[in-house]
Amino acid sequence: MKVALFATCLVDTMVPQVARATAVLLERLGHEVVVPPGQSCCGQMHVNTGYRREAVPIVANHVRAFAGALSSGVEAIVVPSGSCVASIHHQQAAVARRAGEHALADDAAALAERTYELSQFLVDVLGVTDVGAYYPHRVTYHPTCHSLRMLRVGDRPLQLLRAVRGLTLVELPAADQCCGFGGTFAVKNSDTSTAMLTDKMANVLSTHAEVCTAGDASCLMHIGGGLSRLRSGTRTVHLAEILASTEEAVTPQQSTEPAVPS
Amino acid sequence: MTAVFLGIPTAPRGVGHLRGEESFPDAARGALRNGQLRANLGHATSTIRGKRAHVVGELTDWAQLREAGRAIKAATMARLDEHLIALEEQVTARGGTVHWARDANEANEIVTRLVRATGTTEVVKVKSMATQEIGLNEALEAAGIAAHETDLAELIVQLGDDKPSHILVPAIHKNRAEIREIFLRTMPGVDPGLSDDPRKLAMAARAHLRERFLRARVAISGANFAVAETGTLAVVESEGNGRMCLTLPQTLITVMGIEKVVPTWRDLEVYLQLLPRSSTGERMNPYTSLWAGVTPGDGPQEFHLVLLDNGRTAVLADEVGREALHCIRCSACLNVCPVYERTGGHAYGSVYPGPIGAVLSPQLTGVEDNASLPYASSLCGACYDVCPVAIDIPSILVHLRGEHVEAQTRTTPEAAAFRALSRAMSSPRLWRLAQRAAGLGRFLARGKPTMPNALPFPASTWTRSRDLPTPPAETFTQAWAREHGG
Repeated sequence: MKVALFATCLVDTMVPQVARATAVLLERLGHEVVVPPGQSCCGQMHVNTGYRREAVPIVANHVRAFAGALSSGVEAIVVPSGSCVASIHHQQAAVARRAGEHALADDAAALAERTYELSQFLVDVLGVTDVGAYYPHRVTYHPTCHSLRMLRVGDRPLQLLRAVRGLTLVELPAADQCCGFGGTFAVKNSDTSTAMLTDKMANVLSTHAEVCTAGDASCLMHIGGGLSRLRSGTRTVHLAEILASTEEAVTPQQSTEPAVPS
Repeated sequence: MTAVFLGIPTAPRGVGHLRGEESFPDAARGALRNGQLRANLGHATSTIRGKRAHVVGELTDWAQLREAGRAIKAATMARLDEHLIALEEQVTARGGTVHWARDANEANEIVTRLVRATGTTEVVKVKSMATQEIGLNEALEAAGIAAHETDLAELIVQLGDDKPSHILVPAIHKNRAEIREIFLRTMPGVDPGLSDDPRKLAMAARAHLRERFLRARVAISGANFAVAETGTLAVVESEGNGRMCLTLPQTLITVMGIEKVVPTWRDLEVYLQLLPRSSTGERMNPYTSLWAGVTPGDGPQEFHLVLLDNGRTAVLADEVGREALHCIRCSACLNVCPVYERTGGHAYGSVYPGPIGAVLSPQLTGVEDNASLPYASSLCGACYDVCPVAIDIPSILVHLRGEHVEAQTRTTPEAAAFRALSRAMSSPRLWRLAQRAAGLGRFLARGKPTMPNALPFPASTWTRSRDLPTPPAETFTQAWAREHGG
């Protein structure tokens, strides 16, 4: 299958290894990956901060970048981020329609139908849970809020993780509690966000996992930023990076050390 | 003369309890440092959460009930004017008197006048959000009338000269040791050997209240529901204090938000199942009091119903925000909210705290009077999941953020930044330049994997408590284009 990868603005700019791992994984599973140039952002941060008018040209850019891919044989758009997919599904067409841009809204809705969060694409579209990965670490999984409650990915990421050889999966207590990221919430309500993060970190650390994983790089940047600040030994690794790892190339793209300044 | 339409009036300033003195982030900062508050709230909310989940899980048709609850409210709001007039006709036909109050000031004046007309100087009160919203107790006090709260938690708040912090459990921020201390300090004639055993505390409150019930000539209540076709008012409660207030005094005055009306008696079937399970985590609440007008020789012989707007019509005018009027005040959204659980209710500055308060208060007052509340959420969506009438609170929060941003007449630094970012993100060429600029941040890290902790505002609000990874020299899309000849 020909698949277009939407890296998302945050992953592309801050943690490119997550997009790389997604591409490596999909190619290993026998699919052709294209990365449409001109892609930037889904517009979620603007919408969720109140800048819904300003989000419209961002949505238009997204549609321009990916509409061409669909007409050149791409069957699915895959995104290593639950919240961006939730925004594409639930917000893009709505903000365009509110601005009176009905053609854009229709195009965005059509793209959304072909857009999948990584674990949904693997389990529902490709029908695989064992992706042939090897990851010899103790791992706990945080279900991010938008994956859990807007996309309803359910236990798909856990099905994928259980099939990874060498991986010890430990359950995260109070897993369904928000980590406190919430986009600009983390800076506008920094103190409350930090209080939520503290409780999330306490639960992560109680599992004695080496790695906390999730399907959203943004939440992982938040949890990982806190764990790193505390100089804890637990690091955050995106689900795509774990699934991309094999015996031949264990974590080729990721740092094996927590991000602690020397 | 040219008529100028100034918009539908919102709740007036200077009366009632819908506006806080501080913004949410400022108020939360203080609350988060209160370890006792955090412990009390954490314990109480997790207990109620568990009970709710258990009893909701028992019902195989919960999803259908929830959809029925949503649909009845949506249909009722679409013809609210007709249902209210029908309610007035039925209440009047059964011997009650209906009063229409445009706002808190009018409602307070009506109730004060009605109490004065009876010649009494004290009233007993059933727990009511509407009367807390309009500041009725303060208005009565100013008129020389003492209002005694009779709900146990509301009594604790009143005796402690405190403010309610939860819709259902106004004293949720207090533990039993603190409650014992309040009773010992403020309750006349209380046993000085009073322990913090919940039963002993309840017995002390019972003795204190019993005297007031028997003495009172006027009671004031709110209403959970009002049935338009029969003129029936409904109050659900756990303690029985409400039943005492609703049956013993000569005069009963009920203050009810106009959104509480339901068209038919049968509609109660849905809400009397949804409410207790969502609220206290009980299959059924211990007391459900229903009354219509007056019955000669039985119960209050004078009944007044005050229908309160106080900004509700303005909420109804907003196509997205009006769903907030569907709320049945169960407080399930407060108990699951990770923000509420940590900050408590006082940080919201309104009698309506938590997720529903964050969408209701700014709409009742106008968004600019409560501009920080729509941002007091990480949009995690737990509130929407548990709401028994399926109010999409996260979507309303996002909508109100948009209303706030669009209400600004001057360009704020934040707006300038978001507009610049919008231009960059909608042009591939500018976006590549912006990404390069972000990548330059790596030089500040001087080879380390994370950025320095001391960064200028607004980056500092992140780096105060979290490390920020150093941006890479090359983005993924750049690397891919280089490798694939893009």
